[in-house]
Amino acid sequence: MAINIIAEKCKGCGKCVRDCPFQAITMENKLAVVGMACTNCGVCAENCPFGAIERTESSMSNVDISLYHGVWVFAEQREGKLMNVSIELLGEGRKLADQIGTELAAVLVGSEVDGLVDELFECGADKVYYADAPELKGYTTDGYTNAIYKGILKYKPEIVLMGATHIGRDLAPSLAVKCGTGLTADCTKLDIDPEDKKLMQTRPAFGGNLMATIVCPHHRPQMSTVRPGVMEKPVRVPGRKGELIKLDIKFKPGEIRQNVLEVVKKVGEIASLSDADIIVSGGRGIGGPEGFDIIRKLADRLGGTIGSSRACVDAGWIDHSYQVGQTGTTVKPKLYIACGISGAIQHLAGMQTSGYIVAINKNENAPIFEVADFGIVGDLFKVIPAIIDALDAQEK
Amino acid sequence: MKIIVCAKQVPDTNEVKIDPVKGTLIRDGVPSILNPDDANALEEALCLKDANPGSTVTVVSMGPGQAMIMLRECIAMGADDAVLLSSRAFGGADTCATSTTLAAGIKKIGDYDIIFAGRQAIDGDTAQVAPQLAQRLGLPVVTYVQKVREYKDKSVVVERQLEDGFEVIEVPTPCVLTCIKELNTPRYMTIGRILYACESDCIKVWNENDVELDPSKCGLTASPTNVLRSFTPPPKGKGEMLSGTVNEMAAAVVAKLTEKHVI
Amino acid sequence: MVLSEKYQLIRKLARDFCEKEIPKELQDEIDQTGDYPQELLDKFKQYGFFGIKAPREIGGQGGDTLAYCITIEEISRVSSVSAIYVSGANSLGTGPLLLAGTEEQKAKYIGGVARGELFPCFGLTEPGAGSDAGGVVTSAVRDGDDWILNGRKAFITGAPIADFCVVFAKTDPKLGSKGITTFIVDMKLPGVSCGKPENKMGIIGCPTSDVILEDVRIPDSCRLGEVNKGFSNAMKTLDYGRLGVASQSVGLGQACLEEAIKYAKERKQFGQPIAKFQAISFMIADMATELEAARELLYNAAVTKDLGDPKASMYCSMAKYFASEACNHIAYKALQIHGGYGYIKDYRIERLYRDCRINSIFEGTSQVQQMVISGALLK
Repeated sequence: MAINIIAEKCKGCGKCVRDCPFQAITMENKLAVVGMACTNCGVCAENCPFGAIERTESSMSNVDISLYHGVWVFAEQREGKLMNVSIELLGEGRKLADQIGTELAAVLVGSEVDGLVDELFECGADKVYYADAPELKGYTTDGYTNAIYKGILKYKPEIVLMGATHIGRDLAPSLAVKCGTGLTADCTKLDIDPEDKKLMQTRPAFGGNLMATIVCPHHRPQMSTVRPGVMEKPVRVPGRKGELIKLDIKFKPGEIRQNVLEVVKKVGEIASLSDADIIVSGGRGIGGPEGFDIIRKLADRLGGTIGSSRACVDAGWIDHSYQVGQTGTTVKPKLYIACGISGAIQHLAGMQTSGYIVAINKNENAPIFEVADFGIVGDLFKVIPAIIDALDAQEK
Repeated sequence: MKIIVCAKQVPDTNEVKIDPVKGTLIRDGVPSILNPDDANALEEALCLKDANPGSTVTVVSMGPGQAMIMLRECIAMGADDAVLLSSRAFGGADTCATSTTLAAGIKKIGDYDIIFAGRQAIDGDTAQVAPQLAQRLGLPVVTYVQKVREYKDKSVVVERQLEDGFEVIEVPTPCVLTCIKELNTPRYMTIGRILYACESDCIKVWNENDVELDPSKCGLTASPTNVLRSFTPPPKGKGEMLSGTVNEMAAAVVAKLTEKHVI
Repeated sequence: MVLSEKYQLIRKLARDFCEKEIPKELQDEIDQTGDYPQELLDKFKQYGFFGIKAPREIGGQGGDTLAYCITIEEISRVSSVSAIYVSGANSLGTGPLLLAGTEEQKAKYIGGVARGELFPCFGLTEPGAGSDAGGVVTSAVRDGDDWILNGRKAFITGAPIADFCVVFAKTDPKLGSKGITTFIVDMKLPGVSCGKPENKMGIIGCPTSDVILEDVRIPDSCRLGEVNKGFSNAMKTLDYGRLGVASQSVGLGQACLEEAIKYAKERKQFGQPIAKFQAISFMIADMATELEAARELLYNAAVTKDLGDPKASMYCSMAKYFASEACNHIAYKALQIHGGYGYIKDYRIERLYRDCRINSIFEGTSQVQQMVISGALLK
């Protein structure tokens, strides 16, 4: 087992039983016993007052990790336009590559998207690996997995980063299994271990209640998906150049099993929360779908966009693309105004790194006030019009 | 048809709270539940079964013995039987090793026509296991399925959710489909089915020997990723609570935000 | 009582169902309008809630008494009026049939209720025969192969929407309670009518009215059990009804306790949540303790009932007596903790307080339960 109880040191105090987030430890004859629900998270080992719990690492492999070099970023494009998260990852990838002392490469997959190559260089890529084939025009799990897999097999990167988009989260697991390596999902922080240069991947788990730093010590590449909106975009250097390497991609008939018949765009406005500077969000306290009218009014007045808590999305008051939080979009605007949102942990996980947070809630004990820079206890239907009036008054 | 559903028992993370003083998880009274997306997967399987009389739905889960009650719940909703992959050897598995174990269990069941899974489990939120499972079984996968349009003889046509819409995809069967809450509303159990689930012998428990898996190929030993450390996120310091009348508070917040050049 | 997985799942089913299907807005609407949505009844039917104890062979769920009690408890925790519908279908309306019905009668009526096709009511109480159930004056007179019924039944829960009524009528006026026979009366028969629904204090949304029988002719095949053996039938059925009320009391008590705890933590006075004051926190301790005692008494009675324990009737009465009084104490304290806010309809406790009041009255008042209990001990 990963977690070992040192019987001589265990006093049977039961602290680990209480601390374990996964209820995996039981007390038998005054000795802690680790059960199968253990995820090796290490909370018990860190908190044991007697040092009676040790954690062992796992999984050796036959991979010669010294053969793997370079940081790769999957340059996700849709209809010839780079996704923001891919640019953010180039920014982060640059930092990681510099810390390791290696190169940064982008992997571009598509059909006739040559125009993006220069953009990738300008955003910091030293190399661009480009898989260009008619079959790669739109995303398919098999097409993209096989294309990138061939590149990884040949050029052996040590790190591969992908955006945790609906596409990245589909592609990454298939690719990781094909490469026989590990994968860490939805990272919010990446670091390089100064000693052995391995990638330390930090992600929220347990509905945002717990953060875990994960490593992939003996397998390569080290793969992560990264939440959009978390990393900083690089400063673009116009005219910056690099090396373009084309991947030789050919598909056998039937190799791509997902046949995309049609792509349907949602009509009407699309929430682009991750790019917004100001977000005004509504929660259960707005009372119903029409409650978003007043939220929208304030957002419009501030030149921002609207967001929502999960409660409103679950109630069918607004489309899920507006959802901020652990299972929705992570946002980092300059200003986040939470109206009638109690502040469930999973919501906080998606917005607490915002520049300034203003919370408006009737219940003075709402957890949202714990993270707010400015808290207003009151009825949002009275407070918001008052804020709009105050904004108008200030303008005059 | 032989339909397989992958399910996981998870702590209801919505019920978890953080001790504001100690910064630790308050776990007391947090119930263990059938993972929500997995309930949507099961519902889809049951609808498919309803439309094709004579079909069977088998639920597969990897987990400790406590997960039995979750499998009974699945049977009480309408599944025919279930397999719990349970052994100390499976413990400490990351998503990669979990998919290996599930694949071994599903291979042993064999002869399946389609596999449904939830998009992701709320305790880990990784969304990795099902696509990894598909890769190990050599099956095509479609994730984020929001609607099944048509079951054909040798394929299935589904809608896959995207951030700004959806795509319509046809995949050959057998395949793995991962389901999201937009797909359906899971049915309730019935009391009669609960009695059946609890009083009949409809759940098998398999260990690594039963699924012919070398212990070195499962659990922590076969996990490429390791948790280096876990910690509770530091809460952001509490800010200023404004006071006064509604108008005073509104004016104050506008003034403060202006002062900081936020607006 | 530590419950097995079976009962844990039954509790989860009832709780999930009610929390999702009967949100607070709907509870308020039912309470204000008195109209109970047909769609909600249909959903209860669809998931088999009306046939918890009915045998599987005739379309029921095949559950035991404890399964029934836990279900009623959980429904009542969310919506006590909904619990009345479910409890009525499972206990009073079908109990006499389960005890004395022929196979045909069981299949037709219990099966009909279990499958959600029929809704029953229980006609024992009369204007002059409440606690003294033996004093019924509704008469049934033999006429060839038929019976002719005349009389008036009072406070019949669900009568205006029922498809049939189990009527207890005097077939031998000289014999008192030993001269009572049970009949199944189709509510659509000529001569059957309902009085005006009563304007009740609580459990609003389930109509209660008189059932008036005027020269109602029914065939002998609608007689339930032997002639003059109806009273013991009624008494045995009341055991289930009493467990039902005890379950409703425990569920309501639980709801009151939860509301009180929530409010006590939110409400601040003198600069701190009122839960920090011992005057409040000790009330909560008392409420929770009394509730737990009631719950244990209830579950024990349910198990002894299924085991055929000779003392089961007494245990059922004890559970009903204790739980219904307890839930009144708990509701009183919960409202007291709410202060003035508890007295206005914006707060849920206001309805809970009204709903719980009936529990120490119907299916035998607390005083009748004391008679049953002491009677069993002093015989």
